[in-house]
Amino acid sequence: MLRQIESFANRSPSFTDDDRKTVVLRKVGSAELNRRSVLQGLGVFVIAAQFMPTSAEAFETYPTNGLKMPNGVVNDPHIFVAIAPDGEVTIVAHRAEMGTGIRTTLPMIIADEMEADWGRVKIVQAPGDEPKYGNQDTDGSRSLRHFIQPAREIGAATRHMLEQAAAKRWGVDIDTVKALDHQVVHRKLGNRLGFGDLAHAAMSLETPARSALSFKTEQEFRYIGRGQVQIYDLHDITTGAAIYGADVNFPDTKVAVIARPPVVGAKIKSINDKKARAVPGVEKILRIPITPLGSKFKPLGGVAVVAQNTWAAMKGRDALQIEWDRGKYGTYSTKTHEKELRLVASKPGSSVRKQGDPDGALKKAATVLSYEYYQPHAAQAPMEPPTALARFKDGKIEIWAPVQSPYVARTDTAEYLGMKPEDVTVNVTLLGGAFGRKSKADFATEAAFLAKEIGGSVRVQWTRDDDIRHSYYHTTSVERIDVGLDENNKPIAWRQRSAAPSFKSTFGEDKGVQHDIEIGMGLENLPYEIANIGAEQCPAFSGTRVGWFRSVSNIQRAFSVQSATAELAVELGKDQKDFLLELIGPARILNAKACGLPGEFWNQYEPYKEFPFDTGRLSNVVKLAAERAGWGKTLPKGEGLGIAAHRSFVSYVATVIHAKVEDGTVKLPSVHVVIDCGFAANPERIRSQIEGACAFAMTTALYSGITFKDGEVQESNFHDYEMVRSDNFPFKVNTHIVPHPFSVHATGVGEPAVPPFAPALMNAIFNASGKRIRNLPIKGQLRS
Amino acid sequence: MKLRINGIERDFNGDSNMPTLWYLRDELGLVGTKYGCGVGLCGACTVHVDGLAQFSCLVRMGELEGKSVTTIEGLSEDGQHPIQVAWRDQNVPQCGFCQPGQIMKAASLLKEIQKPTDQEILEGMSGNVCRCGCYERIVAAVRQASTGA
Ligand code: FES
Ligand code: FES
Repeated sequence: MLRQIESFANRSPSFTDDDRKTVVLRKVGSAELNRRSVLQGLGVFVIAAQFMPTSAEAFETYPTNGLKMPNGVVNDPHIFVAIAPDGEVTIVAHRAEMGTGIRTTLPMIIADEMEADWGRVKIVQAPGDEPKYGNQDTDGSRSLRHFIQPAREIGAATRHMLEQAAAKRWGVDIDTVKALDHQVVHRKLGNRLGFGDLAHAAMSLETPARSALSFKTEQEFRYIGRGQVQIYDLHDITTGAAIYGADVNFPDTKVAVIARPPVVGAKIKSINDKKARAVPGVEKILRIPITPLGSKFKPLGGVAVVAQNTWAAMKGRDALQIEWDRGKYGTYSTKTHEKELRLVASKPGSSVRKQGDPDGALKKAATVLSYEYYQPHAAQAPMEPPTALARFKDGKIEIWAPVQSPYVARTDTAEYLGMKPEDVTVNVTLLGGAFGRKSKADFATEAAFLAKEIGGSVRVQWTRDDDIRHSYYHTTSVERIDVGLDENNKPIAWRQRSAAPSFKSTFGEDKGVQHDIEIGMGLENLPYEIANIGAEQCPAFSGTRVGWFRSVSNIQRAFSVQSATAELAVELGKDQKDFLLELIGPARILNAKACGLPGEFWNQYEPYKEFPFDTGRLSNVVKLAAERAGWGKTLPKGEGLGIAAHRSFVSYVATVIHAKVEDGTVKLPSVHVVIDCGFAANPERIRSQIEGACAFAMTTALYSGITFKDGEVQESNFHDYEMVRSDNFPFKVNTHIVPHPFSVHATGVGEPAVPPFAPALMNAIFNASGKRIRNLPIKGQLRS
Repeated sequence: MKLRINGIERDFNGDSNMPTLWYLRDELGLVGTKYGCGVGLCGACTVHVDGLAQFSCLVRMGELEGKSVTTIEGLSEDGQHPIQVAWRDQNVPQCGFCQPGQIMKAASLLKEIQKPTDQEILEGMSGNVCRCGCYERIVAAVRQASTGA
C-alpha cells in the first residue's frame, strides 16, 4: 500500500532530505490531490450514488442537528468513497483528528457497512470544503452523533451498487448475491468477484434510492461496536512519520514568530527592531494589523519576524523592543475581576428559568444554605502549539494547518485577506491536541497574511509562551447556589446564579450576557425534583478573548451543582450518593415548560424528541458507578470516595473518584466512570477518551489558572501552567459503557467525562480530609 | 564540526547555540521530533544522545561534536523496536503528538533499568507531558516492553 511505502520512506535513514520533504508533502496533500493522483495514476473508478434519507430499513433514521448545521450533512458515496481496480478502497475523513479517533471511526463505519476489508482501506483527509463534504466543524462532541447514520448510508449504497454490478455480470437476481469481505459472492454458485473487479461496472449503474438499501444487522457488524480496529495513524505515530501542523515543509519556506499585543487590542507606541534585524537568518519584519476584542477569529495582530528558520525567528522576536499602549483592557486584573463576579452573583440577575416561585420559597424557607464556587480562566494548551503553513502562489493561498473547522478557517481567511474563498485552500494535518483552541484558526490566517505579504510560503510557529498568553480562554465564573429547606429539611427551593463572561464577547460587542449555548450547559436544565427552581445569569464582562474549552460551561455547572449537592448531603447527614439520587428523583423526561423555561431546552441543538433529558438514565449511571466503585466501603484515614454526575453533549456520565490526601497532595488510586452515550460505535476509543478526559479534568482542577494583571497573562509555560504527569494522574480509570443497541442514538464522547470529574474530586477530597474546596484550582490549598 | 544523526555522518557549521531540535526539524526535515515547550518542561523533543534520552530543545548544537544522535525516525529500521510494538499493542496514542518523545524516553529508560518497577516507570516518564492523558497506557506499554507481559 502507498501508505506503507510512504512510512518506510520516512523512516529510511538513507532517504535524502529533499526527498523526505516531498514525501511529507505528499502524505498530507489534500483529498483532491490524492483523489486525482489515484484517479489518474491507478485509474480509480468512483462510485456515484445520490439519495435522500427517506424510509427506514434495518435501522430507523432519526433527525439530528447535523442536518441544520451550516452546509448540513452529505451522504453521497461519490464524495466519500473511491475504489481502485486493485481493490484498494479510499475513504475520505472529513472531520479533523485531534485525538478522539474520529478520522478512523467514521471511515470504519463506512467500511463495515460496505463489507470492505479494513486492511485494504486507505483514508484521505478532506480539505475545508463544506459545500462538498457537509459541515466539518469538529467540536461539540458531535461528529459521530451527526455522522453515524450518513456513514452507514454511504456504506450501504456502495455495497448495493457492487452487488448490482455483480448480479448483472452473472445475469442473476441481485437477491442471490451478497457482498462479503471485499468480494461479492453468489450465494449458491459460489462465484466471486473482488471489489476492484466490480468498481467500474458499479459506477455505471444508477444510484440506488435509500428505500432500495439494506443495512447490516448488528450481529453482522465486523468493526462497528467491536473496538478492535486500531487508529489509522498508529504506525505513523509510533515511528514519527505522522504529519502535524509544523511538519509540512517546502524548500523555500520561511518561519515567522510573532510579537502579539500583551493586552488584547493594545497598540504599538514605538518599536525598535534594530537588534532583531541583526539576528542572523532574520529576513523581514512585518506588521500585522491590531484587532480589538470582539474580532472573532481574526489575528490579534503585532509584529512578525520572518526568518530562514525557527530558531532565528524566535531569537529575532525576542530581540524586538516594543512599547505598547495598553488600551482599554490594560486594567483587566484577575483579583478585582473575581471580586466583581462575586458581587454581581450576590444580586438578582436576569432569569433564564423560573419553575414555581424560587424567590418566594427561599423567603419562606426554614433554612437557607448558600454555596459559592469560583473558577478562573484556563488555556487549552494542546501539546502542539498553534502553527500553520501558508503558501501564496499565482494569486491563491494554500494552507496546511491543524484546524478543527477547516471551512471556517478558509472563509475567515479569505475575508480577512479580501480574497474569494475559491482562492483559498485549507488542508488539514493531524492535530496535536486541540480541546477547542484550534476551532479558532487565527494562526492559520496569520500565516496566510504573511505568505501574501512576502509572496511565498511561511510557517507561523507559536511558542508555548504565545499559546499560554494568547489563547481563547475558558471563561471565569462564579456560580452561586441558594437552597431553601422546609422545617423537615426537605429542599423546597434551588436558585442558581451564574456570573461568567460570555464567548459572545469574542464575536462582537460584549453585552455581559451569556449565549444560549452557555446557559444550556447545565444552568437551565438542573434535573432535580425540587418544587421551586430558579436560574439567573448576572452581568459579567470579559477582559480577554474567551472561547470554548473542552466541555465549556458544563465545567463550572457540574462543579457547582455537584459540589453543592454533596455539601448539602453532609449538612443533612445523608449519604451523598443516595441524596444525589433523591434529588434527581424518579425516572422522567424533563419537560421545558414544566421546568419553567421560556422556550425549549437548548439541548445541544439536538431535536428534543430524539434526544430528551431522561433522568432515569442519569440515575442509572450514578447507581452503576457507585456499585462498581464499592461506594460505602470503609477506607483508611486520609482516603475517601467522591461522586458526581452530569449530562452533557446529550450523554450521561457519573464519576466516582477514590482520593488519597497526604502531605498536602492528592493522589487518585482509582476512578470509576460510567458513560451512557447510546450506541457505542468504537468502545476502545471511548475508553481512551474517558481516560484522557479524566487526566485533562484533573489538570484543570489541580493546576489550571490563567491569571491576569494589568491586562497581561501572568503564566507562560508548563512551570507555572502545570499539567498532570505520569507521577500523579488518575492511576486507574475503570470505564463502563452502558450497552445499547443501535436504536439508542449515539451521543457525545469527547467532552462529557470532563464536567463530573472536578466535583467528584472535590467531594472525594472532602471525604478524605474534611477540606472543602470551592475555588479552583486546588494548587496549594491542601497544604494549609 | 562532525556528528552522527541516525547513523549518518553530518557536518554542521551553523550557529552552535541553536537547539538541536531546530537543526533536526528545520535543516534535516526529521520532523518526528516535536516542539512542545522549548525549555525542557514537556519531553516532546526527546531524542537519544549517545544512547540516552535528552531534551533536544535544551541540547545546543555546539555540545554535539563527535556525538551520535538518534531520533524517532532512527530508533528502528521498521518500527519494530519493542517499545514501538508495545505502544501499538496497548493502543497508547490519542492525538499522538507527544508519543515520539514518550517512546524515545521509554526506550532510554529501559536501557538504564531493564526491569523497572511501576514506581520507577512513573517517575522515569514524568518529564514527558501528554496533554491527552495517555499515561495509564504509557505505563502499561513500558511494562509490556520490559517484561513481555
Ligand atoms: S520541547 Fe523540549 S522539553 Fe518541551
Ligand atoms: S497523545 Fe496527545 S499529547 Fe499525548
